[in-house]
Amino acid sequence: MGSSVPKTSAILTLIISISLAVLGVWIAYNIKMLPIEASQNSPVYDELFKVLFIIGTILFIGMVAIVLYSLFQFRRRAGDEGDGIPLEGNISLEIFWTAIPAIVILFVGLYSYDIYDRMGGMSPLMHHENSSNSNPLDQKIWGGIGSDSIESSNTDNSMVLPIELTAMQFAFIFHYPKGDIITGELHVPVGKKVSLKMESKDVIHAFWVPQFRLKQDVIPGQPTVLNFTPTKAGTYPIVCAELCGPYHGGMRSNVIVDELNEYDNWFQQNAKETI
Amino acid sequence: MTISLDPTNPSSKKLQPTGWLRYFSFSLDHKVIGLQYLICGFIFYLIGGALAGAIRIELTSPLSDFMPREVYNQVLTLHGTIMIFLWIVPVVNGAFGNYLIPFYVGARDMAFPRLNAVAFWLIPPSGLMLISSYFINGAAQSGWTAYPPLSITTPAAGQIIWILSVLLLGGSSIFGGINFIATILKLRRPGLKLMQLPMFCWAMLGTSLLVVISTPVLAGTLILLSFDIVAHTGFFNPNLGGNVIVYQHLFWFYSHPAVYIMVLPAFGLVSEILPVHCRKPLFGYATMVYSIMGIVVLGLIVWAHHMFTSGTPPWMRLFFTIATSFIAVPTGIKFFNWVATLWGGKISLNSAILFSCGFIVNFVLGGITGVALAQVPFDVHVHDTYFVVAHFHYIVYGGSVFVIFSSIYHWFPKFTGKMLNENLGRFHFALTFIGFNLCFAPQHWLGLNGMPRRVAEYDPQFELVNQISSMGALLMALSTLPFLFNVFQSAFQGKDAGDNPWKALTPEWLTSSPPPVENWKGEAPLVIEPYGYGKNNSQQESKITK
Repeated sequence: MGSSVPKTSAILTLIISISLAVLGVWIAYNIKMLPIEASQNSPVYDELFKVLFIIGTILFIGMVAIVLYSLFQFRRRAGDEGDGIPLEGNISLEIFWTAIPAIVILFVGLYSYDIYDRMGGMSPLMHHENSSNSNPLDQKIWGGIGSDSIESSNTDNSMVLPIELTAMQFAFIFHYPKGDIITGELHVPVGKKVSLKMESKDVIHAFWVPQFRLKQDVIPGQPTVLNFTPTKAGTYPIVCAELCGPYHGGMRSNVIVDELNEYDNWFQQNAKETI
Repeated sequence: MTISLDPTNPSSKKLQPTGWLRYFSFSLDHKVIGLQYLICGFIFYLIGGALAGAIRIELTSPLSDFMPREVYNQVLTLHGTIMIFLWIVPVVNGAFGNYLIPFYVGARDMAFPRLNAVAFWLIPPSGLMLISSYFINGAAQSGWTAYPPLSITTPAAGQIIWILSVLLLGGSSIFGGINFIATILKLRRPGLKLMQLPMFCWAMLGTSLLVVISTPVLAGTLILLSFDIVAHTGFFNPNLGGNVIVYQHLFWFYSHPAVYIMVLPAFGLVSEILPVHCRKPLFGYATMVYSIMGIVVLGLIVWAHHMFTSGTPPWMRLFFTIATSFIAVPTGIKFFNWVATLWGGKISLNSAILFSCGFIVNFVLGGITGVALAQVPFDVHVHDTYFVVAHFHYIVYGGSVFVIFSSIYHWFPKFTGKMLNENLGRFHFALTFIGFNLCFAPQHWLGLNGMPRRVAEYDPQFELVNQISSMGALLMALSTLPFLFNVFQSAFQGKDAGDNPWKALTPEWLTSSPPPVENWKGEAPLVIEPYGYGKNNSQQESKITK
């Protein structure tokens, strides 16, 4: 590799891959690869996505560049019947590329733990409903993340909107215990923490709002809880994400995030009891 | 352990048909069985591919307008089941394992030749049974995961046939696993040490351990599920007090290792192919062995990352995030070592190398999205979406299937004594690589932006990207044509390959092509440096002692 040709191609490969990696970082910051952010969870999620995208881009482009460079640089020239260098290994190199992924993985793991905690994944799950303590099923509630920890420390029950979700083939039914409202579309106010207690009547379904970056299976015989705080008014799809039968693809609904006064209007119009 | 059939014994030879008929017989020859696995698997690959084509046609429009919704779910269930249990697992394990392992350990056949034949002959009937269930009363329609209660409430006949068929295929896989472990550990030629074996032996040893440990769990689970369906027991039926989450734990305890059962042999095959065509020793033999064993151990304790949005407590989510992420370390070592094997070599840019390098590129992308998916907060958005579909196709198609093609280009001269046409091979690679990436790369975006998997209808905003993806699928379908033409044409009219066209040093090349029934005329050679490329040639001769 003493000649000047390999050096040129090496430098060229290096320059191209660095500029591609820079392009990757630029894409991560400037190209929208995710739907709009509509819950407190979403910006935290998108931060994680950005970091993973940048690390992934650099690793991927680096690997592809080395493979392409090797295929070009070390290709067999016509008439050459010889063998390559008999290099069987290199302990320090191998330790190096064991350590690099280990460090990257450790960083990604710690970082995503921090993200998970900020999403509220580590705070104890509870459904904010007064009468629920007597129900033995609640003792084994499992489930979702999104009980935003920053907020949950100073939250009392009046700040939280409890809603019950019953899923069945092929619909979501929402029940508001406070006004005894039953509806097929979810109405929630901006800025208020919502606590969904979910159970399925038949098979496993999943509650997914892509704009909230949240998903939780809705399971028969096993209540699950998902907490979230909407931040942006609008209408977003609720998608069933677990194969539930022939009409699985059609099992969709909407979550309508309203400003607080509009939500109150909707609530007053539909409530069965005055509060 | 001298149970191995002695093919030099004339009486046992007489029982075996010769000529092309032996490929349709209960042959005990590991080479015949290997090719039976390969051809049978490829036929099922074409069927599974046709089903994939049907899925992609349905998804060219946002409406469910190509086939009835029930049929769509049957098609996606059959597609997944066929591709996993009848194509990739039997081919990377059964076909190449059977063909190569006896050569690599210096044996004349597998440890249990009859068990070996039984293992193969379980596959065609169970595959036919699975496919025919569509014509009886409709095939299973609960996905290849068969989650209850859906699998209990959908039509029972198809689901029961699905269970029986997967049980038989699992049995075949276990028979194979036991056979490989026994052959590698007990039939080694005297003087051959474990750490001198070609890397594929280690990959098959690790894979077979996973098969033997985890497949019985799947079998037990499916038997309980069949009780729930036919005898109305309540193991997984919540209406009878059963628990659906337990099924998911048991199912994934097998089905995550199943991913490694599909990719570890592929890792082994690539480790055989690269050194030959790069004319260089395999870089870092010992670390490659340790990383295989690391993947085996870690692979058994990561299953719940498939259940992050299911009913899992927070501590479990964290444990499985960490365990899953760390699989990237031994896997990363293997990829760096392969790239180091390329570095400084004299690389023939033939079809085998192109498919192997295509595998490296695809798998690195699949691995990166895999590490991302292992992170709970990332997974709660994209779980059960097209992002996951893209990820695992990069692993099993971009990974295993690319390696299967690479291996066919590499070992076809050994199988037949003929060379494949290289230009057609490179054309096949270009079509496959472009088609594959066109089909699956856009699906990452679909998943991130809200398209769930296993749907026949979707939000119209995803129409264009789905059509691009379907175009890629069309290219992939077309890419099999030059391959099939190449195989048939070369088998009959191909250039004669000679015994060792690649000048390879691994033991299967140190005999005639195709090899005799007893593998070697005379004693098996002792190959203690299967990757001794670039070393002093005379030294090399002395190392391959007769």
